[in-house]
Amino acid sequence: MTVEFWIVQTFNGLSYGALLFLLASGLSLIFGVMRIVNLAHGSYFLLGGYIALSVIWRTSTFPLALLAGAVAIALVGIGMERLFLRRLAGQTLGQVLMTVGFALIFQDLALLIWGGDPYSLPLPSWLQGVVTAGALRFPKYRIFIMAVAVVIGALLWLALDRTRVGAMIRAAVDDAEMAQGVGIRVPTVSLGVFALGALLAALGGGIGGGFLGVYPGLDFEILPYAFVVIIVGGLGSLPGAMVGSLLVGLLDNFGKALFPELAYFTLFAPMALILALRPTGLFGRT
Amino acid sequence: MLDVSDVHTYYGDSHILHGVSLDVAPGEVVAILGRNGMGKTTLIRSVVGFSPPRRGRVSFKGNDVTAWAPFRRVERGMALVPQGRRVFASLSVRENLDVARGGTGRWDMARVYALFPRLAERAQNRANKLSGGEQQMLAIGRALMSNPELLLMDEPTEGLAPLLVREVGRVIAELKRAGLSILLVEQNLPMAASVADRVHVLNRGQIVYSGRPAALLADEDVKSRYLGVASTT
Repeated sequence: MTVEFWIVQTFNGLSYGALLFLLASGLSLIFGVMRIVNLAHGSYFLLGGYIALSVIWRTSTFPLALLAGAVAIALVGIGMERLFLRRLAGQTLGQVLMTVGFALIFQDLALLIWGGDPYSLPLPSWLQGVVTAGALRFPKYRIFIMAVAVVIGALLWLALDRTRVGAMIRAAVDDAEMAQGVGIRVPTVSLGVFALGALLAALGGGIGGGFLGVYPGLDFEILPYAFVVIIVGGLGSLPGAMVGSLLVGLLDNFGKALFPELAYFTLFAPMALILALRPTGLFGRT
Repeated sequence: MLDVSDVHTYYGDSHILHGVSLDVAPGEVVAILGRNGMGKTTLIRSVVGFSPPRRGRVSFKGNDVTAWAPFRRVERGMALVPQGRRVFASLSVRENLDVARGGTGRWDMARVYALFPRLAERAQNRANKLSGGEQQMLAIGRALMSNPELLLMDEPTEGLAPLLVREVGRVIAELKRAGLSILLVEQNLPMAASVADRVHVLNRGQIVYSGRPAALLADEDVKSRYLGVASTT
């Protein structure tokens, strides 16, 4: 096994982790603030990809396609939270079942609209090809994914850590009831966080469409990865989602490259180990 | 200011408050005494809206707020110093105060720091690094940041050393002088009696005694029956 192998696989793992971060950061924040286990989060990813696909077919404008998918799904998220999930506030089981119901509806809806064929999001010319460094070749698109994740991660961190609204979100994660008790409009904060989470997942789906593709079943294929990320990183923690994403991206990639027949084992065994040693995840609060 | 009338509150199926009525006039300090598990915290939770009553009415400044979300009551001028302090652990001291900022009036961060200089020294520390006494100061300061007219305080001296109990008593007296109305839940009878205008004793979800603090202090029967204070001879 050559040095090149390790470098390339690390690069691939990190870029997959970057994509997972877009999906998992929102899921983690939503759980943190609202204690909702949103099983429709994978659907946001898938639908974001499909909408991006439709927009790019009509306009051939890649950034517009990503944006349209993200905004459309943010609106879907707002509708889901305001009209449905809020009615079940505090009823964990009811909310989980409702998100499962939505996930199944979205799945059928996607099949109805876009059919059963797998698609790949056509990339603009500036994102095609590779960057070569000696004997190593890095696809430009994967570098782009990492750049997007870094920018989004930095913006999220600044917003959460350095602004008053960010402090309100963290206060709601710490103790949602008491946050209301000091006058924070927690229902509005929840709606905003839910919309943001949906937006990021859909953005991830659009970007992921360029290298994972967009196809029926992707929603439930990617969802467990997002859950592993936030369980390992710690529910409700942004740094946890960052570190968890990279860890899961690397583990998955090396697992598949080194022991393809044990791919799930190499992903879930470390998760079990981390949970056994730190039940709240790496960055979770006890 | 606050008018609680015939409030019945449940946790699930267990009936905690059995028709509690009381009122707090502007500028008045009313203390609720009673042993653990008698419904004192439930009463506070009913007033602030964490556990809305199933029957009865809570009105605040002339509005029926029984069904209002807690944050709306805070915006209208209620503030809570909860049992167990419940400061936001992952926020700094400064952020704990900042997120509660609201209303108009004399309280802002500088005033809170002036009242509790220790908080100013620890402004950048995370709240979970503070001592119990410091967390209590932060919980009080945080409540003041919304410029309330009515302060709900749930056992502010719980678990504090005697010196800090006196400090909390001094702060409550100071807030009272500034014209704040206070509903105070306490286990510490001498402290409550020293600041309150009126006291109620809560037993099994009902008010069993109402009167002036001096009268309660003199009533050995009520004290031993409901407060577990051994009669001193």
